[in-house]
Amino acid sequence: MQPTDIRNPAYFHKVVDCQWACPAHTPVPEYIRLIAAGRYSDAYLVNWKANVFPGILGRTCDRPCEPACRRSRVEESAGNKPEPVAICRLKRVAADLKDDVRARLPKPARKHNGMRVACVGAGPSSLTVARDLAPLGYQVTVFEADAKPGGFMRTQVPRFRLPEEVIDEETGYILDLGVEFVANRRIESMRALLREGYDAIFVGSGAPRGRDLDLPGRREAAAHIHVGIDWLASVYFGHVSKVGRRTLVLGGGNTAMDCCRSARRLGGEDVKVIVRSGFDEMKASPWEKEDAMHEGIPILDCRVPKAFLHDNGRLTGMSFEKVRVEYVDGKRRLVPTGEPDEVHECDEVLVAVGQENAFPWIERDIGIVFDAKWDMPVVDKLTFQSTLPHVLFGGDAAFGPKNIIWAVAHGHEAALSIDLLLGGADTRDRPGPAVELVSQKMGIHEWSYDNEVSNDQRYKVPWADPAKTLKSMQLEVELGYDAQTAWKEAQRCLNCDVQTVFSDNLCIECDACVDICPMDCISFTWNGEEADLRTRLSAPALNTGQALYVSAPVKTGRVMVKDEDVCLHCSLCAERCPTGAWDMRKFFLEIAHAGDGAPKAGKEKAA
Amino acid sequence: MTYIAKPSLHHPSLTCNALGYTRRDYEGRISTLCAGCGHDSISAAIVRACWELAIEPHRVAKLSGIGCSSKTPDYFLSPSHGFNTVHGRMPSVLTGANLANRELLYLGVSGDGDSASIGIGQFVHAIRRGVNMVYIVENNGVYGLTKGQFSATADAGSVSKKGVVNTDAPLDLVGLALQLGATFVARSFSGDKEQLVPLIKGAIAHRGAAILDVLSPCVTFNNHAGSTKSYDYVREHNDAINKLDFIEAREEIVVDYAPGELIEVEQHDGSVLRLRKVDVAYDPSDRVAAMRYLHERQAAGEIPTGLLYVEENAQDLHARIRTVAAPLNTLDTAALCPGAAALEKINAGLR
Ligand SMILES: Cc1cc2nc3c(=O)[nH]c(=O)nc-3n(C[C@H](O)[C@H](O)[C@H](O)COP(=O)(O)OP(=O)(O)OC[C@H]3O[C@@H](n4cnc5c(N)ncnc54)[C@H](O)[C@@H]3O)c2cc1C
Ligand SMILES: Cc1ncc(C[n+]2csc(CCOP(=O)(O)OP(=O)(O)O)c2C)c(N)n1
Ligand code: SF4
Ligand code: SF4
Ligand code: SF4
Ligand SMILES: [Mg+2]
Repeated sequence: MQPTDIRNPAYFHKVVDCQWACPAHTPVPEYIRLIAAGRYSDAYLVNWKANVFPGILGRTCDRPCEPACRRSRVEESAGNKPEPVAICRLKRVAADLKDDVRARLPKPARKHNGMRVACVGAGPSSLTVARDLAPLGYQVTVFEADAKPGGFMRTQVPRFRLPEEVIDEETGYILDLGVEFVANRRIESMRALLREGYDAIFVGSGAPRGRDLDLPGRREAAAHIHVGIDWLASVYFGHVSKVGRRTLVLGGGNTAMDCCRSARRLGGEDVKVIVRSGFDEMKASPWEKEDAMHEGIPILDCRVPKAFLHDNGRLTGMSFEKVRVEYVDGKRRLVPTGEPDEVHECDEVLVAVGQENAFPWIERDIGIVFDAKWDMPVVDKLTFQSTLPHVLFGGDAAFGPKNIIWAVAHGHEAALSIDLLLGGADTRDRPGPAVELVSQKMGIHEWSYDNEVSNDQRYKVPWADPAKTLKSMQLEVELGYDAQTAWKEAQRCLNCDVQTVFSDNLCIECDACVDICPMDCISFTWNGEEADLRTRLSAPALNTGQALYVSAPVKTGRVMVKDEDVCLHCSLCAERCPTGAWDMRKFFLEIAHAGDGAPKAGKEKAA
Repeated sequence: MTYIAKPSLHHPSLTCNALGYTRRDYEGRISTLCAGCGHDSISAAIVRACWELAIEPHRVAKLSGIGCSSKTPDYFLSPSHGFNTVHGRMPSVLTGANLANRELLYLGVSGDGDSASIGIGQFVHAIRRGVNMVYIVENNGVYGLTKGQFSATADAGSVSKKGVVNTDAPLDLVGLALQLGATFVARSFSGDKEQLVPLIKGAIAHRGAAILDVLSPCVTFNNHAGSTKSYDYVREHNDAINKLDFIEAREEIVVDYAPGELIEVEQHDGSVLRLRKVDVAYDPSDRVAAMRYLHERQAAGEIPTGLLYVEENAQDLHARIRTVAAPLNTLDTAALCPGAAALEKINAGLR
């Protein structure tokens, strides 16, 4: 193999599994260390810069970082139940325990730069665009059909998961940057908006249409059948305040989980989730399923809805065909079991079987090309531009329904494109990340980070008393970690951003690092092809998703090969190295946001 | 010296041996030696050898004297018995322990100062007597613990860190062991575990005095240019005469070497030492030839390593003096104290 080029920021970035997996590339271990140090406001600001909504995301994020977390790979080896660090809930700790940070947030621009940007919708994607551009002097106007900003975070995510004050606070930070918020204003025509002469338009209108189920009885029993996301919005707006005693929720995604848990609180005593697929293939996150079941809601899988049963328009139940999951050539198929159909009696049904985009307000003859098959705008995956270069899409509106953190990531990229475009630069020529690599060595065995590895298992977030929470739509279920538990949970983080950096010219091949490494990460061996090398290391490197760090030849002609997979970043290799050939260096990476790098002068950072 | 304990987390592929222990279970406390010390690599090799052989840790007695090398038994096999003797006196304490209970595996760990300087008188007699032991000398040519004075194994002409040239003739532990009748004699290098681990396994399986002289650089006091015990010097002058594969009794033996290239030596426990010859002329079963060969190579400035001598039908001290097989602590009072009549009989035999 060729020696690893550690000057390429992507190499060490990938070692920080959580940051790599986070769509907005939040510097996770950095904020976790700040939490451990009790520096909650600093931890909050690190988050705020990267993901804009730490308090909201710390309660609701889909947390792609956690399945990626190295901790769950190393705990497995200890025979415990492998669990990642509670990255998401630690984020909430930063938000909950911080001081007033308003003075430390950017100020509204003192001078406008003369450019006007319109955002359609006030969901997380639009608000991110606004936050990134307003401080740079752009005049940003956000049009929102509803009265308050937040999009689905406000109208869909139920209050027992996300209190309204948190939304008010974090959307408020953005509007306070001098963003013009036009409430209750639905954009009805893109053509008309284009005529208003904005320099750029960002479409963050979401995926607002819930899929329905066109089955026998649907029309007749319509009064007691609702589309999930419409129903949740009605609950939020107070149009719905109770539900049938026996309620069925159809669907296996997160919307279904929010529907069933809301129904439990609105008078539903017998609430069931019924899903076509198998339990394990459900779209909802594992923890959302657990939360629902914890509230006494059974999830019945492998049941395909067949008909709404009614008595002259009064809903009485639903019938389901029973199926089993089979895989044919790796493809999932639902095969009828042949058992008789199952009937579940009910008073109300919530249909949560998917969400779609809808752009009735975008005329198809104004230069924004829509894809013929899906009727979706053609959007560039890198720049988020449509075929009209100054009209950009992001969030659920760009590529279909995703989640908040992806909406934020899209918002950052779109804002960067707008800044480049209006600055006269090529939107495809994007500035790289700002990177620092700093030695953590303070003394022979002292490091400026806490290198001791905790053996603790993941700490549970305490919950409010279910006797109370099940009676209220407002009472938040999760209480969040207290400072002490947060500290202990933070200690579980392995500091994957503190990188092991090897200098081949200093190594005397004493084997001390090989001998001390608790995870058998390091080998000195003869070079070869990657597939071959992976089999003849101190321990086989079977996780090909994780890189091998290969040095230039050392004195004997062998190479140092480090398997990054399960490194604990414990520094023992560097402590046992007599020559300093290993050093622990903190890798800090921030992706470029609008205003970083070309074409604006004076923003260059050392790479 | 490191402040944090070695984390107990380990690689997911770490396997268990026949006893259900992982390699990590054979480790000891975290080393307090200088970072990069060769001795730590030897500890790691002992851990690996004992794990691979599925040695029961509580059936091992680790004995050592004084020195950095003699500190290392703390850093491997935590569950084993240990005895840290007075400087240079490990061989006699080991001999006594072995006489009292032959059922344990006796692992003597010493340094060149401990064995070749202050303890030379003990070293030679334990070998002469054929005590069944694995005796590892971690040889760095200096007294590491007392800051790097030349030891008795320092080569004449070797230069100290401060620039002083050693003028005394060196003591050759391997040559001595051969001359004194050791039945398993090997030399190796801390920086070559592929060679060292099988040698330790072979020594463990051997019944008799097994002497391993392991060159083990002292990074702090003897790893500079001009030293003949530095990592660089040993690597440049290392002359491996053979490669040892240790084959356990229950493993099937498959031979795929041309005749003459291979020597197989069966041990008491049925295991087999298979030597792949690098130097075809070398015969490790011929003591006199081995001594001659070593002298020649050493005179030419080389450091011959590998299994230098092994005696297939070695006898140990117990066999020679026909001691009782059972450990003394398992004998009852009647056996230990046979009474006045028995004493009278013995005394009569001496008159
Ligand atoms: C029930 C439910 C629960 C969810 N839970 C989570 C969760 O826990 N975690 C998570 O990460 N994600 C969750 N999501 C997904 C998440 O809410 C969305 O992915 C995210 O909000 C999308 O953000 P966005 O910026 O695309 O816009 P959205 O949040 O969809 O907001 C779009 C906004 O645009 C407005 N708008 C639309 N058209 C116009 C127009 N023509 N003119 C003016 N305004 C307009 C809408 O009123 C809305 O306010 C959930 C979704 C649902 C349905
Ligand atoms: C009776 C006695 N004399 C002298 C000493 C001082 N002393 C301690 S260690 C040592 C030499 C150890 O050298 P070596 O056995 O080569 O061990 P190393 O530290 O090099 O591994 C000496 C002379 C002592 N502890 N006891
Ligand atoms: S252990 Fe810490 S730094 Fe490593 S992946 Fe998990 S959260 Fe990130
Ligand atoms: S930091 Fe070094 S010693 Fe610790 S696990 Fe990683 S490679 Fe091994
Ligand atoms: S401890 Fe340092 S000098 Fe020794 S082998 Fe490892 S990197 Fe090389
Ligand atoms: Mg010594």
